[in-house]
Amino acid sequence: MAFTAVLTSEWTKIRTVASTSWTLAVAMIVTVGFGALISTAAKAGLDRMSALERAAFDPTVVSFTGMQFGQLAMIVFGVMVVSTEYSTGMIRTSLAAVPARARFLFGKLTVATALALLVGLLTSFVSFFLGQAILGDHGTGLGTENVLRAVIGAGVYMALLALFSMGVAAMLRSSVASISILIPFFLIVSNALNIFEATRTYGQYLPDAAGSKIIEVVPDTIAGTGTPYGPWGGLGIMVLWVAASVLGGYLVLRKRDA
Amino acid sequence: MIEAVGLTKRYGAKTAVDQLSFQVKPGHVTGFLGPNGSGKSTTMRMILGLDRPTSGQVTINGLPFRELPNAQRHVGALLDAKAVHGGRRARTHLLSIAQLSGIPEKRVDEVLAVVGLQDAARQRTKGFSLGMGQRLGIATALLGDPQVLLFDEPVNGLDPEGILWVRNLMRRLAAEGRTVFVSSHLMSEMALTADHLIVIGRGRLLADMGTQEFIAHNSAGFARVRAADTDPDGRDTLGRALAGAGGRVLQEPDGALRVTGLELPRISDLAHGAGVRLWELSPHRASLEEAYMRMTQSAVEYTSTEDPRAELWEQDPLALPAWEDEPTAPEVPQAGFFAPPPPGAGGKPFLMPSNPGELASTAKDSTEDPR
Repeated sequence: MAFTAVLTSEWTKIRTVASTSWTLAVAMIVTVGFGALISTAAKAGLDRMSALERAAFDPTVVSFTGMQFGQLAMIVFGVMVVSTEYSTGMIRTSLAAVPARARFLFGKLTVATALALLVGLLTSFVSFFLGQAILGDHGTGLGTENVLRAVIGAGVYMALLALFSMGVAAMLRSSVASISILIPFFLIVSNALNIFEATRTYGQYLPDAAGSKIIEVVPDTIAGTGTPYGPWGGLGIMVLWVAASVLGGYLVLRKRDA
Repeated sequence: MIEAVGLTKRYGAKTAVDQLSFQVKPGHVTGFLGPNGSGKSTTMRMILGLDRPTSGQVTINGLPFRELPNAQRHVGALLDAKAVHGGRRARTHLLSIAQLSGIPEKRVDEVLAVVGLQDAARQRTKGFSLGMGQRLGIATALLGDPQVLLFDEPVNGLDPEGILWVRNLMRRLAAEGRTVFVSSHLMSEMALTADHLIVIGRGRLLADMGTQEFIAHNSAGFARVRAADTDPDGRDTLGRALAGAGGRVLQEPDGALRVTGLELPRISDLAHGAGVRLWELSPHRASLEEAYMRMTQSAVEYTSTEDPRAELWEQDPLALPAWEDEPTAPEVPQAGFFAPPPPGAGGKPFLMPSNPGELASTAKDSTEDPR
């Protein structure tokens, strides 16, 4: 029984439930929609800005503003992929067929993360092009330095966030618990910690704050000045978070009774 | 072959399975009996490596389940008919499980036909009745064409036709040389399906023997004797004669005598010798149900409390006849006054409850714990 068998099976599972398509569709629509909305608003504001302010304007980041909300749907996607196994009891049917915990979990996470990456990249490219089209003269293009890294990075960021949520769901084994921890955390706690200078020292190391650094083209647009890591450093911090979460999920699956 | 050695599972202070050792051999349907909460499902989950034993071990063909190569081709299991994602269609559910072991798609349609779900293949499983869910679960177990099959309460929610179908399926699978391990709390069903029984109560092994042997060992048959009503002293004379010959005699409310310890011809001879005319002399054999009730009585996990209105139900208890001066504990009918079915009919006998709580507890039997 090869790893590919688990991948095939997990692909069948993921494409045959409704939650997959709606969570991913919402993630995409919300990200693109809000991005377009903010871009429109930004364009109106830009005309009234000083030259200095315009220099600090990052058109790439503006077109990705919608990710703030779209990422919540990605979190829900990640949670649902794992937790429905538990809520439905399917996990026992699955594990009675694949007793190897590692193969089962990593197969599932591989398929779901690949799908999230695909949708994430599609979302980031559509958001980017639509945003730049709205910004018009103030916009930028893929040819500009660091822009391609930012656009691909946005897609990767969304996939990593989904994977992080899968790890958390594997640890908590419940949709309700996972979602009610993750959503307020990313929507409120992380943002609040990063608003104030005093708490930002710690807040900037949270997965979303660090990871989203990858989407900035003009330095320090995202987190203000003095961030001790660059775009890649930030993504690296997020990868560590994700690794910890997945490892935790695996250990729980291996140790606890299903 | 499934082999458990000293299998124990504790949840905190509660011991769900206690030092269980047994073997399930190929070529037989082995029934796994026990009241609700006796540890049947926990044992099944431990066999499948879903729960880790606190101590002891269980192996399938010599290997722990988690170490079996290509497990699904060796072991098929129905644990919980509801353990499916309701949003998925029956066929895709089976397909996803089949793909785990590289089982070809063709096999999915085969097992759907075997369990009679071919017309429901494209329905979402949340619309399934419990019976359809059981059929889907059985289909899942059959996917890998395994040599070892485990079914946890497979007939729950099935209609009579479905029950008959499951019974024939189990027997056929066993006849093909497979190991079939079926848990149930329905004794009468097991009496018809299983050749061998493993009975547990409160997580402990109570019996591990052939079904016929189990009934023979645990059934205390008795003879009912009724002296002619026209002879007022007949009953007492007969009773004394029987007791004098070493029989144990109890009086039923309507005046008949329940005799154990004496063969029927001997009773007839004694009656003849005492000059008593008989209106009835009938053999009564305990069914598997009664044998099981007797055995697990002390091991029932959930017992009902006394109903305050119990007197409304109360019936005349079995009485010690007048010629017995010192009361002795009744040996046979602990469960109460019952009317067993005619010999040969395997139907579940209706046990007259000695208190209404017993009615309530049989109703509770129909639901298993959801895990």
